[in-house]
Amino acid sequence: MHISQRSYAGTLESSDLLVEVAPCEGGHLEIDITSSVEKQFEAAIRRVVSATLDEMGVKAAAIVVNDKGALDCVIRARVQAAVMRASGIGSNDIIWGAV
Amino acid sequence: MGHLRRSMLFVPSSNAAMLSNSFIYTPDAIMFDLEDSVSLREKDTARMLVYNALQHPLYQDIETIVRVNGLDSDFGRADVKAVVKAGVNVVRLAKTDSVQDVIDMEMVIAEAEIEFGRELGSTKMLAAIESAMGINNAVEIATGSSRLIGIALGAEDYVRDLRTQRTPEGTELLFARCSILQAARAAGIMAFDTVYSDANNEEGFLKEAEHIKSLGFDGKSLINPRQIEMIHNVFAPSQKEVDHAHAVIEAAAEAEEQGSGVVSLNGKMVDAPIIERARWTLERAKSGIKQ
Amino acid sequence: MNSKTIGDTKLNNLELKPFVGAHELTPHLLNREGKKSRKLFKTVQDAVRNSGLQDGMTISFHHSFRGGDKTLNMVMDIVAEMGLKNLTLASSSLSDVHTPLVGHIKNGVVSKIYTSGLRGELAEQISRGLLEEPIHIHSHGGRVHLVQSGELEIDVAFLGVSTSDEFGNANAVTGDSRCGSLGYAQIDAQYARHVIVLTEQVVPFPNQPASLAQDQVDSVVVVDQVGDASKIGGGATRMTSNPRELLIARKAAEVIEHSGYFKQDFSMQTGSGGASLAVTRFLEEKMVRNKISASFALGGITSTMVDLHEKGLIQTLLDVQSFDANAADSLARNPNHIEISANQYANPSSKGAVVDRLDVVILSALEIDTEYNVNVITGSDGVIRGASGGHSDTAASANLTIIVAPLVRGRIPTVVNSVLNTVTVGSQIDVLVTDHGIAVNPEREDIAEQLTQAGIPLMTIEQLQARAELLTGKPEPIAYHDNIVGYVRYRDGSVIDTIKQVKE
Repeated sequence: MHISQRSYAGTLESSDLLVEVAPCEGGHLEIDITSSVEKQFEAAIRRVVSATLDEMGVKAAAIVVNDKGALDCVIRARVQAAVMRASGIGSNDIIWGAV
Repeated sequence: MGHLRRSMLFVPSSNAAMLSNSFIYTPDAIMFDLEDSVSLREKDTARMLVYNALQHPLYQDIETIVRVNGLDSDFGRADVKAVVKAGVNVVRLAKTDSVQDVIDMEMVIAEAEIEFGRELGSTKMLAAIESAMGINNAVEIATGSSRLIGIALGAEDYVRDLRTQRTPEGTELLFARCSILQAARAAGIMAFDTVYSDANNEEGFLKEAEHIKSLGFDGKSLINPRQIEMIHNVFAPSQKEVDHAHAVIEAAAEAEEQGSGVVSLNGKMVDAPIIERARWTLERAKSGIKQ
Repeated sequence: MNSKTIGDTKLNNLELKPFVGAHELTPHLLNREGKKSRKLFKTVQDAVRNSGLQDGMTISFHHSFRGGDKTLNMVMDIVAEMGLKNLTLASSSLSDVHTPLVGHIKNGVVSKIYTSGLRGELAEQISRGLLEEPIHIHSHGGRVHLVQSGELEIDVAFLGVSTSDEFGNANAVTGDSRCGSLGYAQIDAQYARHVIVLTEQVVPFPNQPASLAQDQVDSVVVVDQVGDASKIGGGATRMTSNPRELLIARKAAEVIEHSGYFKQDFSMQTGSGGASLAVTRFLEEKMVRNKISASFALGGITSTMVDLHEKGLIQTLLDVQSFDANAADSLARNPNHIEISANQYANPSSKGAVVDRLDVVILSALEIDTEYNVNVITGSDGVIRGASGGHSDTAASANLTIIVAPLVRGRIPTVVNSVLNTVTVGSQIDVLVTDHGIAVNPEREDIAEQLTQAGIPLMTIEQLQARAELLTGKPEPIAYHDNIVGYVRYRDGSVIDTIKQVKE
């Protein structure tokens, strides 16, 4: 999947996260994570974010995550939505096999 | 009849926190909403939240319903695909005006089941009627698909269509409620009442709940988890009714043991519908006796 | 006048002194105009100078104003300005309003702290090694034991009250900033070497009721504000409308109802979290339905308890701390709403502590592990953010100890494999009520039996922990430095746990 524009999904409310997906000049994957539960779960969050990007075939992007203690299913949902917005995919073009 | 659907807890799906913990409440069904409670800007993100939440282990033990956007919108088709793929139990159609709406939706669901390898027919439907035309077509709608588990009244839009307001007495809804009940019962499916939107008004909620229960409704949409216990209590049988139900079930078991085809209790014949009612009573009693 | 002189007399080995004059011991009575008002000082500085406070001494405060306290910061600023150093601070507890202490610690004004709890910036900094000497976290009852046993020797106590007469008869139920019970301050008033009462108002002698009595008080100073009574409660003591907390509260009330302890004249105490308070409301319905009234409620007295008391459902309120303005006012007007001292409340070495007579207590937890050990002092990140309070005192004494807590808070699991710090040992905890299920300590088969018979489904605590982990994922272990930043003192003074400095 190709990231063509900067997009956001999510909120900064408790149990949610704000995900920013933008094109990456260098052509690689950059993931920046800030979390209210960093000490305990930064590694776990990184794993879920990376796995989701991988499933969706995103190889090059600048991802910024600001997490407020969201569960994995919410992290996945926000990353998926942000990537779809950033790649200009409309509701009816979603590749369901990739999410 | 299937299983109890007295309480259907409504969860607005753009709220991540709510989706993350609504499984602690034990309504008979959880209803994720992608339609009116989600802003246009967030239709896509809410869809992904529900898609992922539906697959969460803790939502597997409870019946899940998703109110999707209409097929006439930009979002409906994708909503159906997402929730069918994720394994939702029931798809709720909003604003069902005619049987064609039911048929169209069934088609999209069936296509999605095939696309995603779900057993054909495994996804049920619930049609919400929210207009005068829909009420007029209630009978057709109720028999419009074998996937339908029930039909529901959506009062907010309906009273607007009628050009009146909701009142505490609810007289303006009487015809609609009765129509839905008639149509549902004739089709052998369930009837559900609308949301009581004053979340903190316990007395008002109880009054409405007693009213629709006596009319014959099977359940109600809820917006506040506190209403779950209240409505279960409204539908709960009294100790007397429970004792009677036990007696009926015992009599039936005895008759079966003796190989008798006729069941009798206290000299009166007890036939299949009565035994079925007794089972239903005991089912309702599981969450408590009436207090 | 008979001028017979009497020489030194040795009578039965007693050293007796001959009479010298009428005012050897009471020179202050020679000042006819000033003798009545001799305790009054114009400024806090004057009172401090008069107290003989020096570097290295121990000063104390009470926390009855909780989040609305203004006394501690005001006095600390003055004491710092006067150049005092290396003081031991023994406030019965500390909250986020006491952040200015960070500066005083950095400047060497305070070098040692005893407290029941701490929060906010102060707690975070101490967790990161701000204080060289480890902080001492004690329970409410444990503090009294430390004072009585001599470990905590208070040199000067600064006690904020709403009214006092010029002789030191003081209370916090009359006047403006009424925080109600002065149960904690009463210990300081009894045991401190020098007691300074800070009052917003001097009223005519004799001030009644005298929570702090004239024969305990050395000096009285009028100050602008001792505390903001509207902030005593704040978030922690409002009745919740959060559906999750209500769910937990309802379940807890059901556990109490079927525990075997819910009978006429039972007694109860609830903590100050949202779910704990709501339990009282749910119990009310059951008490009315079953025609049961409680003999007393202890604590930690809230508006809800006052309401039940005034409805005749709770006969007596035993108040060591009034959690809100309603409770404070009830203390003033209801004859069976009684102020008790921390010694009468929970001191394990007291001749009579009410906790010993408690049937049911509802407490909260930051963490609870599969052995039922409870942590109420540090968060899942190892940083101090709570208070020992009456937790271990009530848990050790009550017939039925119930912990109410959400299974997870956001992504932070409450039920864990092993708590980071122990305040209350698992053997004293009987039941855990969460929004996902209820677990009974295997030591209490009697309760498990009662609940099962009543149709209440039970889970094991291992199952609850697994469920929590299923939701949150497995957290990374917290990394610590070797140095200790805090000692958790059990109510008998022993060290039950140490808090280490967290690594960044």
